[in-house]
Amino acid sequence: MENILKLEKIEKYYGNKSSLTKAINNISFEVDKGEFVAIMGASGSGKTTLLNVISTIDKVTSGHIYVGGEDITKLKGNALNKFRREELGFIFQDFNLLDTLTAYENIALSLSIQNFSVKEIDEKIRRVSNQLNIKDVLNKYPYQMSGGQKQRVASARAIVTDPRLVLADEPTGALDSKSAKMLLERFNQLNEELQTTILMVTHDAFTASYATRVIFIKDGKIFNEIHRGMDSRREFFDKIIDVVTLLGGDLNDAL
Amino acid sequence: MLFKLSIKNIKKSFKDYAIYFFTLILGVAIFYVFNALDSQTVMMNVTSSTRDIIELMTTILSAVSVFVAFILGFLIIYASRFLIKRRNKEFGIYLTLGMSKRKISMILFFETLFIGLISLTVGLGIGALLSQFMSILVANMFEANLTKFTFVFSTSACIKTIIYFGIMYLLVMIFNTINISRCKLIDLLHANKKSEKIKLKNPIVCTIVFIISSIVLGYAYYLVTGGVSDLKNFNEILKPILLGVISTFFIFWSLSGLIIKIITSMKKTYYKELNSFTVRQISSKINTTVFSMTVICLMLFVTICILSSALSIKNSMTSNLKTLAPIDIEFTKKFNLTEEYVNSHWNYNKNMIEDSKLPLRESISNFDFDLEKYFTDIVEFNTYTYGIKIEDTLGTYLEESKKKYPFLRYDMEERFIKLSDYNKVARLLGLKQLSLNNDEYILVSDYSGWVPIRNEGLKRNTPVVLENNKYYPKYHECQDGFIEISSNHVNMGLFVVPDDALNESHKSDGWLLANYKENTKEGKQKTEDIVRKLDGHSYAQLTSLEMTTKLLLYESSVGLGAMVTFIGLYLGIIFLISSAAILALKELSESTDNKERFKILRKIGADEKMIHKALFRQIAIFFMFPLLIAMIHSIFGIMFCNYILETFGNEKLLQSIIMTAFFLIVIYGGYFLITYFCSKNIIKEK
Repeated sequence: MENILKLEKIEKYYGNKSSLTKAINNISFEVDKGEFVAIMGASGSGKTTLLNVISTIDKVTSGHIYVGGEDITKLKGNALNKFRREELGFIFQDFNLLDTLTAYENIALSLSIQNFSVKEIDEKIRRVSNQLNIKDVLNKYPYQMSGGQKQRVASARAIVTDPRLVLADEPTGALDSKSAKMLLERFNQLNEELQTTILMVTHDAFTASYATRVIFIKDGKIFNEIHRGMDSRREFFDKIIDVVTLLGGDLNDAL
Repeated sequence: MLFKLSIKNIKKSFKDYAIYFFTLILGVAIFYVFNALDSQTVMMNVTSSTRDIIELMTTILSAVSVFVAFILGFLIIYASRFLIKRRNKEFGIYLTLGMSKRKISMILFFETLFIGLISLTVGLGIGALLSQFMSILVANMFEANLTKFTFVFSTSACIKTIIYFGIMYLLVMIFNTINISRCKLIDLLHANKKSEKIKLKNPIVCTIVFIISSIVLGYAYYLVTGGVSDLKNFNEILKPILLGVISTFFIFWSLSGLIIKIITSMKKTYYKELNSFTVRQISSKINTTVFSMTVICLMLFVTICILSSALSIKNSMTSNLKTLAPIDIEFTKKFNLTEEYVNSHWNYNKNMIEDSKLPLRESISNFDFDLEKYFTDIVEFNTYTYGIKIEDTLGTYLEESKKKYPFLRYDMEERFIKLSDYNKVARLLGLKQLSLNNDEYILVSDYSGWVPIRNEGLKRNTPVVLENNKYYPKYHECQDGFIEISSNHVNMGLFVVPDDALNESHKSDGWLLANYKENTKEGKQKTEDIVRKLDGHSYAQLTSLEMTTKLLLYESSVGLGAMVTFIGLYLGIIFLISSAAILALKELSESTDNKERFKILRKIGADEKMIHKALFRQIAIFFMFPLLIAMIHSIFGIMFCNYILETFGNEKLLQSIIMTAFFLIVIYGGYFLITYFCSKNIIKEK
């Protein structure tokens, strides 16, 4: 299967020689096309740093990250921005929608900075709004939408450009449980029907249980990794809880 | 402790304060420069009449300073309120840590104190430097020789500046204290979190409002240009002003809704790069700042009008003199004064009746002054009156004219001159020679207010009757010309008639025009000094003889021109700074919101070039929008000013508009660039 993301012995240090913090300490893993991977860990475990270096917002201290075979740790300046807008889609905990634009315009913006034509923009938005069930809110402003709707609009913005990899940072963090469930089901649907590759960071076991694979991180290292396989979501959830317990209850807020 | 905190705060937020500082320093410097003007002129070698004008100018400037202080005061209070708002969260943290509101007020007190001290010191320093350049300008204006350069520092202007700005800072402190004591902790902490609600205006309502206000504005424009002659008194001038202000407000109000509607429908442009974002940013900003936009637009409008009119008055007054005062001296006196006339005119007295029976030359020789010794090119002549008034010479047009211009004086007596006399004068003054048939007259006038009215009378072939003979106009329009030297076009009308038409018993004024014999500048000045001393002669009280010299006209018009220029510059620059500073502060104060928005743009992959372009456009349009409307206003405003100031002449309008544009570009453009670079800095990723 095609390899979308490959991390090779990456390390990220903060601070100076006298007080060194290893936010990421020698992590390697791969993500294949069509996978839905969740990364779990307590606050301070390094999961957000991991996401930041993959998304090129931050730079690694050492190691290599390959996206579709290209070493993104070597990219600079506008090449970085180009990579970011063409290969990656972002979903954030706090949505990051522009409050001055309507849902439609928010989604259109990520296409217009790639110079898509008006016709293409419209077609793509129609399609993605069907997939994420946000047709009714397209002409609304963020302040007129519920949290769930906002996050689905943000997700639409992330996938509308057909990125190789969608990165989601605590996408359910600001949602109530019903909206969270609905969003995650959409993620599953995207993943299964469109083969969208999703890498999601969360500390919530319920959210993680929608993924096909969960990687656990503790103190900047991979602690454990479990695959969903043929399990039902419920069974997978129980397995995740087991690992969380094993992690020493650090993730007790996950319940 | 509070002291230290204040200093640290200023250091920390220096970038945010940059525009505020800049404006304060500029304000202080300009305030000082214009108040120090009189001490810049002290060492200049000028005549006493120029000195008088300088004194008048300083008095007016200091009165204007009070007004300027009010504007600056409002600006500073407004600006500091803006800056305080941005720091709500910081104050919220202080309060949660248990600091009392009184202590926070103290922090702000110290901050204002420091900022005040620094801005005063730097501003006065810059002002002192600038005023040295100013003295060159002043010397140039008054055409005085700046023989040696001395560094002048005006202590009185310095003290005045400190007092005025001290009061302003004190007011800021009081306002800050009130602000702090009124705010609630919860609002402070959540100040940053409120998300903006977009109030969408109904596009149909917007269109209707836009069309109506455009029509109203158009009507106001018409009132001050095409229909300007219908404006009869001060109250009626208020009407177009009021209409203009209101329609400007509603144009801004409706445009913010319309523009977004129009541009969103232009999908190709709208969905290109970050255009949709930029358009929304601008429209939301204009949406929330309709009132300030209106104020700024009007201030810019006033600035443009003041600057261009003031500069054109100065320019044209000096250039007018060359054509309107081509000779050195003019004497005039009244003949045949009556007791009745003397009693009803304050500047005449009974003693003058005796003298008014004498010929003009005799009056002059009574001053023990020998004309032939000092003067050459002497032309002497008389003008006559026949009790004929303006209302008698307009014919059938009178009724219409009275309806149209009821405030003009129609009862002024018409003056007549013999053709041969006029041609003598015309030769001396470099004017066109005239010729007449026996039953013809020519009306000579250069006062553009009266010319069109008089032309109507001439077109109707209105005759005048002198000594039982009827005379008809040779031309159906006024001929350009004058007989008295002046700095303005003031000849309201003079009838040139055949020599035998007039009877000597009707002569009313005697005139004598001449040049000085001396040719050099120094020699002319010497003669001038002798001539001016005549005023102190005992005979001066016994005659209605009046004297005008080219140099006197020159000095007063140069002085008046300089005065108008300085006041115009002062007000114009202050208005310009105020409006630009408000715009800049508005833009920068939203930079925190913008920072988040630009962060999002970066996250979805917009590169720096795109972001800078969007930011530049956003700020540029925000600055241009009020300026554009102000410029449209100004086209009509300047036309109106021209009309009012017609007597001063407006020949050099283009030149002064170019000067105005220069000031606009330097100051307004400067603020724009600073705002752009500051904003760029604020949204920069760390």
